[in-house]
Amino acid sequence: MSDQTTSGPVLAADGTPLKRSLSRALRRQKMRALLLIAPLLLFVLITFIAPIADMLFRSVENQIVQETLPKTVEALADWDPNSGQAPDEPVFAALAADLKIAVQEKTHTRLGSRLNYELTGASSLFRKSGRAVNRMDLETDAPFKEKFADIDKNWVEPDIWRTIQTYSPRYTSGYFLNAIDMQKGPDGAEARPENQQIYIMLFKRTLFMSLVITGSCILLGYPVAWILANLPMRTANLLMILVLLPFWTSLLVRTSAWKVMLQQQGVINDVLVWLGLVADDARLVMINNQFGTIVAMTHILLPFMILPMYSVMQTIPPSYLRAAKSLGATNWTAFWRVYFPQSVPGIGAGSILVFILSIGYYITPEIVGGTTGTFISNRIAYHISSSLNWGLGAALGAILLAVVLLLYYAYDKIVGIDNVKLGG
Amino acid sequence: MRPTRILLATTSLTLAAGLASAQDMTNDMTLVSWGGAYQASQQNAYVEPYLAMHPEVTAVWDESSNEAVAKLRAMNEAGNITWDLVDVVASDAIRLCDEGLAMEYDPDELLAPGDDGTPASEDFGDLIVSECFIPQIVYSTTFGYRTDLVGDTPPTKICDVFDLDAYPGKRALEKRPINNMEWALLCDGVAKEEVYDVLATPEGQEKALAKLDTIKDSVIWWSAGADTPQLLADGEVVMGSTYNGRLFSVIEEQKQPVAMLWDAQVFDLDGWIIPAGLPEDRLARVKDFVRFATDTQRLADQAKFISYGPGRASSAPLVGQHAELGIEMAPHMPTDPNNAQNTFLYNYEFWADYRDDIDAKFQAWLAK
Amino acid sequence: MADTQTSDAFVEFERVQKSYDGENLVVKDLNLIMPKGEFLTMLGPSGSGKTTCLMMLAGFETATHGDIRLDGVSINNIPPHKRGIGMVFQNYALFPHMTVAENLSFPLEVRKLGKAERETKVKRALDMVQMGAFGGRRPAQLSGGQQQRIALARALVFEAELVLMDEPLGALDKQLREHMQFEIKRIADDLGITVVYVTHDQTEALTMSDRVAVFDDGRIQQLAPPDKLYEEPENSFVAQFIGENNTLEGVVKEIKGDTALVRLDDGELIDCKPVNVSEPGERTRVSIRPERVEYNKDRLREGVHTLKAEVLEFIYMGDIFRTRLRVAGNEDFIIKTRNAPDQDRLQPGTQIEIGWLPEDCRALDA
Repeated sequence: MSDQTTSGPVLAADGTPLKRSLSRALRRQKMRALLLIAPLLLFVLITFIAPIADMLFRSVENQIVQETLPKTVEALADWDPNSGQAPDEPVFAALAADLKIAVQEKTHTRLGSRLNYELTGASSLFRKSGRAVNRMDLETDAPFKEKFADIDKNWVEPDIWRTIQTYSPRYTSGYFLNAIDMQKGPDGAEARPENQQIYIMLFKRTLFMSLVITGSCILLGYPVAWILANLPMRTANLLMILVLLPFWTSLLVRTSAWKVMLQQQGVINDVLVWLGLVADDARLVMINNQFGTIVAMTHILLPFMILPMYSVMQTIPPSYLRAAKSLGATNWTAFWRVYFPQSVPGIGAGSILVFILSIGYYITPEIVGGTTGTFISNRIAYHISSSLNWGLGAALGAILLAVVLLLYYAYDKIVGIDNVKLGG
Repeated sequence: MRPTRILLATTSLTLAAGLASAQDMTNDMTLVSWGGAYQASQQNAYVEPYLAMHPEVTAVWDESSNEAVAKLRAMNEAGNITWDLVDVVASDAIRLCDEGLAMEYDPDELLAPGDDGTPASEDFGDLIVSECFIPQIVYSTTFGYRTDLVGDTPPTKICDVFDLDAYPGKRALEKRPINNMEWALLCDGVAKEEVYDVLATPEGQEKALAKLDTIKDSVIWWSAGADTPQLLADGEVVMGSTYNGRLFSVIEEQKQPVAMLWDAQVFDLDGWIIPAGLPEDRLARVKDFVRFATDTQRLADQAKFISYGPGRASSAPLVGQHAELGIEMAPHMPTDPNNAQNTFLYNYEFWADYRDDIDAKFQAWLAK
Repeated sequence: MADTQTSDAFVEFERVQKSYDGENLVVKDLNLIMPKGEFLTMLGPSGSGKTTCLMMLAGFETATHGDIRLDGVSINNIPPHKRGIGMVFQNYALFPHMTVAENLSFPLEVRKLGKAERETKVKRALDMVQMGAFGGRRPAQLSGGQQQRIALARALVFEAELVLMDEPLGALDKQLREHMQFEIKRIADDLGITVVYVTHDQTEALTMSDRVAVFDDGRIQQLAPPDKLYEEPENSFVAQFIGENNTLEGVVKEIKGDTALVRLDDGELIDCKPVNVSEPGERTRVSIRPERVEYNKDRLREGVHTLKAEVLEFIYMGDIFRTRLRVAGNEDFIIKTRNAPDQDRLQPGTQIEIGWLPEDCRALDA
C-alpha cells in the first residue's frame, strides 16, 4: 500500500519504471509472435496483396504511349485536337524518329495493339508504318508528312493524333470510363454509343443473379444444415459426405452434367415429355439462359452455404428449443423466435461466402449461361485471356472489388460482421 | 516398369549431359498445344519419331494453347519463359509477334526445304502470314448438320443456316463475331469480295448483326470446340459451326448421323511460334525439333491422324489413309477441290484492327 | 407403494414404461403419486431413468406404455407447450440473443399477455430472485449463479403450478450450490408450487426434498422422506447410495420377531433388524451407518454382540474423526466419531471391540 501512495512511477524490482520493463517484456513477446507468422504474412503479401495492387495499378497505367513516342508526345502538346487538321511537319519528324527506335525495339506493334482498343485500325497502321519507317533515312528523307501520308492516309487525318494526344499521359481514366460504358471524347467523358454499352448491364445482372443464387442456397441449404445438425453423429457424417461429394468431382464435369440434365433433349425434358406434362415440340428451355446458370451455380455453391450453417447450428443446444416449448411456444414460434435468430450468424457467413464466390464465378456461366446468363467475370476473363486488354480487365476487376467491399461494409453496418461465424 | 524407366531416365540424363556439352542443346522441351485429337496427331506424327531418334530428349505437353497469348505475356512480364514451342492459330501468332513475345525467323534458314527441293518459304508460300508464324496445318470452320433432322433436302448453301423456314430448329454458332459476321453479310446479299469493305463500316456491322438477329432466338452459342459436336450428337441442334476435324470425328469415328456443309467454309491456319528470348541451348533444341517436325513427310503424316490439310504444298501428294480407320483422307480435307468450291480465308489484318471494336458491339448485341 | 390418497394426487405416473430401442426398457413399470405442493427429488446414478421420467412429464419424450396424469387429466397426448409446466434446464437454456427481461417476457408473449402486464410480472419475477437490476443484460454477461436465478425466474414467471428442474445446480461451485439450494427451497415454499427435481447429488436431495425417489435400473428403489431414506433404507442399493455405509456379508441363521441372527462369513454372529430377509439360510448384506458404531464398552448396551476390529487408519476431519477398521475381513469398515474433548484418537494397530444397537444394523438383500 505504501508503495502505491508514494508519488512517481511504480518501479520494478531492479529499479526501472514498471511500465518500461513491462513494455520491454511485451515487445520481445510481440517480436517472437511476428517472427512466427512472418512466413504466412509474406505469403499473403506476395500471393494476395501484390496481385491486387498490381491489378489496381494496371487499371490506370498507360505509360506505353509516353515511352514509345516520347518526342511525338512532346511535339503534339501544342496541337489543337479540335482543329480538324493533322499536325504539322515537326510532329511527323518526331514520329519518324520515335518509330525508328521503336521498330528496333519491336515496341511499335505493341503500341498499335494498345491504341487499337481506342481507335480501330491503329494496330495495322503501326505494323505497316513500322516496316516503312525502317526503310527511311532520318537525315535525308524529310519532309515526313508526305511520306506518312503515302504509307497510310490515316496519318493525315486528325483521329489518330487525337487518340495519341488523349492517351499520352502516363495514367489514364480511360479504362475505368470504358468499364462503365463511357469513353473519352473531345470534351471529356461521354457515354459510349448505345450499341456498345454492356458493362453496366452486366454488373447489374451479376449482382442480381448472385443475390438470387445466394437466396436459393439459403432456402435449399437451411433445411439440409438443420437435419445434419440434429441427426446422430454417424448418420450426420454420412450425409455430410453426400453434401461434400460435389467437391470431389471436377467443376467442369458437374457443370456438364447439368447440361445433360437440363438441355432440350436432356433427362428432365425427356421425363416430362414421357409423363405427358410437356409436348414433344414444346420442350422447356432450361439451359443456356439465366435459369440454367442459377440452377448449376446453386448446386455448386450449396456446400459453401451448408457448411457454415451446419457448424453454427451444431453449437445450438437442443435444450433451447425444449426450453422454448416448455415456456409455451408452439413448434413454429420456438423455431422462429429462438432457433432461427441463433442460426443467423451461419446464414450470414454462408451468404457472404456464396455471394462473393458467385460474383466472381465465370466457368459455369460460360458453359451454361448462354447469352443471358453470363456474368461480368466472363468479360473480365475475355479481356485477360483473349483480347489482352488487361487494363480494361483490371478496371472491371477493380470495380467488382469495390462493389464487394461496399456490400461488405453495408453488411457490417446492418448485420454486423462480428455476427458472422464460420464455426464454433 | 517404374525402375526401368528411372534407369532409362538416368542413363539418358548422363548421356544427355555429354551430348548437351557437345551440341549445346537442352534435352527437355515443353510443347504447348490444344490437347485432344489434334495434340495426339502431333504426338504420333512427329514427336514420337523425334524422341525415337533422340532418346535423350524428353518432351512435356502443356495444353494451354487457347490462352497462350495471355500466358506468354504474363511469363514475359515475369521474366521466366517456361515454354519452348507453342502451337497457336495464325491470328494469335500475329498478336504475339506484334507484342514482341514470339521470335521472328527466316523460313529458309530454319525450315527444311520440300522433298522436291523447293525452299521452305516457297513450299509454305502465303501461309507464312507473320514473321513469327511457322505453319503446320490448314483447317476450316464450317458447318455440320443432322442428316435425320433436315428432311429430304439437306442444306447445301451457307445461307440455309439463316433459313428458319426450311430448316427449323437450333443452330450452334461460335460466341464471337469472327466468321459469323462474314456469313451474315454474305447471306444478306453482300458480294463475297466486298464483305470486308462492308464490315469495316458501322452500317455494315449493323447490317450483319441485323441478319444474325433473324436467327438469334434459335442459336446456341458455343465457346469450346467440343460443344458443337456434342450438341449435334445429342440432337440439341440441327446444324452448327465448328472445326472440320471435330466434325470428321463425329461422322467417321463416332458414326453419328451428321454430314458436312462445306459451303463458305473459312480457312484458318495453325502452327508453331517460338517464344522470344529463349536461352541459346533451349533455342538450339527447339530449332532442331521444328526443322524435323515441319518437313514434308511429317506434315503429311499428321494428316493420317486428323483431317486437317498439311501446310506445305509438297506434303499434299503424300496424304494417304487414316491410320486407324483406313479411309482415304483426301476427300475429308478442307482443301480438297470438291470441298473448296466456295471458301474464305480468315482475314488476319482486318480482324487484328476490328476485333476489339466489333466484339464490343457483338457482345452488346448478344446480351440484349 | 405410496400411501398418499389418490384424491389429492397432482402428478401421477401409472405403470409407465419407456424404451428407446424397442429392446431395453429405460423405465420399468413406474408408479408415482405426488400431492400438490410437494418437493419431490428424483435421485439416482446416471442412466437410472430419472431424467427420462422428467422428460416424459415435460412432454419431450412419450411414454411407451402407461399413463401420466396432471391434476387428474392424462397428458400423454398433450404437446409440451400446452402442458403449462415450468422447467429449469441443466445449462439454464437462457436464450442468448435475448436480454434477461426478454427471456422472462417470452413465455408471457406467447401467451399473448399485454405489455403492461408482462412488465409487471417480469419485474416481480426478477425481484423474487433478487435480480431486479439485471433486466437489460444478456445472459452471457451474467455469472453462473445469476444465470441460474434467471432460469428459475423464467420457469416461474408464467405461474406454472408444476416446475421441473433437471440438475439445475450442477454447474455451480459448492458454496453457491448450497446457497441456491436454500433459495430454491424457499421460493418453492413461498409460492406453494409443486417441484420435481432431478439430481445425482444426494446431499442436495436430502436437504431440499419433502420426499426422495431413489432410481436405479429403471425403477424407483425407494420413495421416502429424507430421514427415513437415510435411516431406514429398504434395500442394499439405497443403503449404499445414500450416505456412507458399512457392509458385512453373511447368512441369516434365524429370525425371531424384530431380530435376525446373522452369521457373518468369518463365523461371527450378530443381531440385526430384518428388513428384506424372510427366512433362515438366506444370504444377506448387513448395513450399519458409520456414526452408529460404538467402540467404547461403557456406552454399549448390555449383552449386545461385539466384533473384534483392528484400526488401520485415523483421519482427522475437523468436526469428526473418521477411522478405518478391519472388521470381519472387511478392510473398509468406517466409523465416525464426534470431535469431543473426551474422544479417543485411535492409533493404527490398536485392537478394539465394536458394537451397535441391533435396530441400527439392517439385514438387507444380498
